[in-house]
Amino acid sequence: MLSVDQPYEIVIGLEVHVQLRTTTKLFCRCATQFGAPPNTNVCPVCLGMPGALPVINEHAVQLALQTGLALGSTIPPMTKWDRKQYFYPDLPKGYQISQFDLPICDGGHLTIADPADESQTRTIRLIRAHLEEDAGKSMHDEANGRADSRIDLNRCGTPLLEIVSQPDMRSAAEAKAFLTELKLLLTYLDVSDCEMQEGSLRVDANVNLKIEKAGDTIATPIVEIKNMNSFRAVERAIAHEAQRQYHEWEETGLTIKDRTKRTFGWDDAAERTVPQREKEEAADYRYLPDPDLLPICLSVETVEATRVALAEFPAVARQRLQSDYEIKAYDADVIVNQGRGVVEYFEAVAKGSGDARRASSWIQQDVLRTMKEQGKGIADFAVSADTLAELLGQVSAGKLDNARARDVFQHLLEKRGSVAEAIKALGIESVDAGEIESLCQELLDANPQVVEDVRGGKMQAIGSLIGQAKKKNPNVNPKQFREICLQLIQSAG
Amino acid sequence: MTIPLDSAAKLLGLLASGELTARQATQASLDRIAATDPEVGAFTFVNTEAALAAADSIDQRRRDGQPLGALAGVPIAVKDVLCTTDMPTTCSSRMLEKHMSPYDATVVARLRAADAVIVGKTNMDEFAMGASTETSAFGKTTNPWNPSLTPGGSSGGAAACVAAGDVPLSLGSDTGGSIRQPAAFCGITGLKPTYGRVSRYGLIAFASSLDQVGPMAFDAVDCATLLNAIAGVDASDSTSLPVETPDFTAGLDRIEGELRIGIVKHHLEAEGLDPEVRQAVDDAIEVFRDAGAKIVEVELPHSDYWVPTYYVIAPSEASSNLSRYDGAHYGHRSPVAASEAGDRGPLVATYCRSRGEAFGAEVKRRIMIGMYALSAGYGDKYYVKALQVRRLIRQDFDSAFQNVDLLLGPVTPTPPFAMGEKIDDPLQMYLCDLFTVGANLAGIPALSMPGGLTSNNLPIGIQLQAPPLQEAKLLQAAAAFQRATDWHTKRPL
Ligand SMILES: [Zn+2]
Repeated sequence: MLSVDQPYEIVIGLEVHVQLRTTTKLFCRCATQFGAPPNTNVCPVCLGMPGALPVINEHAVQLALQTGLALGSTIPPMTKWDRKQYFYPDLPKGYQISQFDLPICDGGHLTIADPADESQTRTIRLIRAHLEEDAGKSMHDEANGRADSRIDLNRCGTPLLEIVSQPDMRSAAEAKAFLTELKLLLTYLDVSDCEMQEGSLRVDANVNLKIEKAGDTIATPIVEIKNMNSFRAVERAIAHEAQRQYHEWEETGLTIKDRTKRTFGWDDAAERTVPQREKEEAADYRYLPDPDLLPICLSVETVEATRVALAEFPAVARQRLQSDYEIKAYDADVIVNQGRGVVEYFEAVAKGSGDARRASSWIQQDVLRTMKEQGKGIADFAVSADTLAELLGQVSAGKLDNARARDVFQHLLEKRGSVAEAIKALGIESVDAGEIESLCQELLDANPQVVEDVRGGKMQAIGSLIGQAKKKNPNVNPKQFREICLQLIQSAG
Repeated sequence: MTIPLDSAAKLLGLLASGELTARQATQASLDRIAATDPEVGAFTFVNTEAALAAADSIDQRRRDGQPLGALAGVPIAVKDVLCTTDMPTTCSSRMLEKHMSPYDATVVARLRAADAVIVGKTNMDEFAMGASTETSAFGKTTNPWNPSLTPGGSSGGAAACVAAGDVPLSLGSDTGGSIRQPAAFCGITGLKPTYGRVSRYGLIAFASSLDQVGPMAFDAVDCATLLNAIAGVDASDSTSLPVETPDFTAGLDRIEGELRIGIVKHHLEAEGLDPEVRQAVDDAIEVFRDAGAKIVEVELPHSDYWVPTYYVIAPSEASSNLSRYDGAHYGHRSPVAASEAGDRGPLVATYCRSRGEAFGAEVKRRIMIGMYALSAGYGDKYYVKALQVRRLIRQDFDSAFQNVDLLLGPVTPTPPFAMGEKIDDPLQMYLCDLFTVGANLAGIPALSMPGGLTSNNLPIGIQLQAPPLQEAKLLQAAAAFQRATDWHTKRPL
């Protein structure tokens, strides 16, 4: 859609590198653990030592398969390994073991909420997903005029799944929505922890523009923005790059036919995309089927068994929460987008309390807010699902009002323990009906105007007495108080 | 007493009966090396101390009545393409001149487990590329039969040290004939096993889909004993075959059933086949006919494409396998690079200088051929085409083995050639592989055994080839031939 202030359409394709959640590397038994001292999680195989040979980690293949199935990819009966050859100090063998023409996952798609209209969805098609090993990391120390480069090869051989989309996205917001939904899916499947700050999810974006001019559509040259590791960076980089390309086109008039793809990086501090050193010609990776590894043949049985055993997808969970618990689409969405842990928490609270809507509302307000304040995940949350279920059950049964329940919740957050203990510690006692009745009578007698109003049909007039009642006895249940007052007024009438 | 360094079987008998200690056998081998090697130059490293220590440990364990491995106390030499933790592993290249591998190749570990005494590492063509051992960066190996002749290659050192009587056994590697051709030139027996029969883990790769480690000895019986020790599936090599390892020494005293031997007429009439070699082949045919074998003419229709196919595939894989030697992680790093970085930057200068300085001419030639054959635009024309032809070559062998048990023919077109004769003519050198590369392309086992002497008293080899995994058949036939002839008992001088 073209508008006056944005006289172009952005075309975006993403390449997402996901680190798979294996304990060992793709072709050896070294640990994939993050943050180990440099060059400690290494062996002859991942160092590419002369004579060493790779052996496939079948768990990585399984995780890739799960991901492909969840993304609706076709799983070919045979997939193979190729060497992608280039010289780089992070790459000890001089080639990366990857998949070229026969990737493990072919095609597929991901459906996202349309950022332009939340009630609509968009389907982003995928080209492929393939397995490959990660390279190492160079650290350059240029302080004090030094030009030291140090290489940490711990990351060499870490299993990556590269998911490549079609250029189907039309805005930075769509790119972000795609990444958010993809990350959510991957964490639901438990195939990756998607820790972006640890590099478990890295994004390259291919961006160009379609500009309408005098009835013609002109495409600008494609730029690949490499290695972004936050959604914010992706969003901003794309937005910036679109502007930059438009200005460049205005100045040079160069189109996609005039220029091959260029590689840019994202400078977060300067908030701009910057060209990386350009190769004079397109890289020639001299792909070669890796003779050290056998092709992988996945049987129909294996694929089907994996499909059957797949964890629930977020999209399915959203539907299910709506139908099983009769909560609104918006509420289901909020809960599901918090991850599988929150969904499980919600379901336990809903079932345990017998009041799904109350559970939904408490979790969205009190639980999520507290989690955000504390910066904690649901797994570390102080109030267990069973405890919250018990608390909300008491609210539903009329034993506690919402305000007192929040006091109990706050107490549980700070002191943990059981609901009963919290109630005891807070001095909350259930007030017997006789006591409430005399309190009602006392207040009604003192406020004849209220009695008058209620008789005149203004039921809410009782509300003004509740505050007074609570002052006299904080354990008074407002609901009960209201009911008894009404009964007294009616019986007196 | 004379210590029979020309027979592992005899040595094992004497060691078992206590007539000889492992130390005596090892010392005899070391003494013999000291006497012959100044002229022959078969060794790149002699591990005197470690070999004697290993021998002492074996003697001690024998005295203590502890169980010992099948090669207990037998001196053995291994080609310097196999990784060893206690000796440098150089591939006879400046690139790895000081390389100490952090691990033992699987075959080396198996030799140690069999209690063989590894006396040293043997010279070879640089990175196993060559047919004369003249491309070694550490000096030439001469043919023990005549020091003006080459011992063949690339396992020239491994063949020469056996022929010189230094050790009864050695390990070579064969990518296009590198065990069989030097065995033929040096008058010994050498076997290239089925691809995948012996682990390649720790064999520094030349062309991964063709390389195979194999035994070299004076006769078939000793080859069988050595093959027993090294064969078998290895979890560290994905391409090693998950098949049972038979006892290759069993049944060597007879041939089971009727033996049908195939002759490829096209090869016997090949242009450039030396008449004396041709005569030796004819004589061998008669020996087998006399022993009751049936001689059958067979066709290998694509054998004219063996050498061209090989010289696309092998350099392509080599160019990839040798990428890891970039001066960054291991091997030679140019001290000059930093000072002359210039426009290319220090990194590219390091790559170019390090590789330029440390690789020899033949290695560079093959890297260039391989880079070209894999490069964009040529990959389909050369590499992919070669893979297609390779399939046809395999089918040729499959068809031939429908009608025969073994194929018999020459190993080399000529008897041993003179030092320097072909070194400046790569095409002539490549034709040395004319009859041997077929077995590597097809992955089948093939054996070279002494089959005659020229009028100049130089060895001539006879080649036997068998269907995949039929090493036992090959060794049976060779043993039968060696019972009927005495060529394998002929010694230089
Ligand atoms: Zn490793």
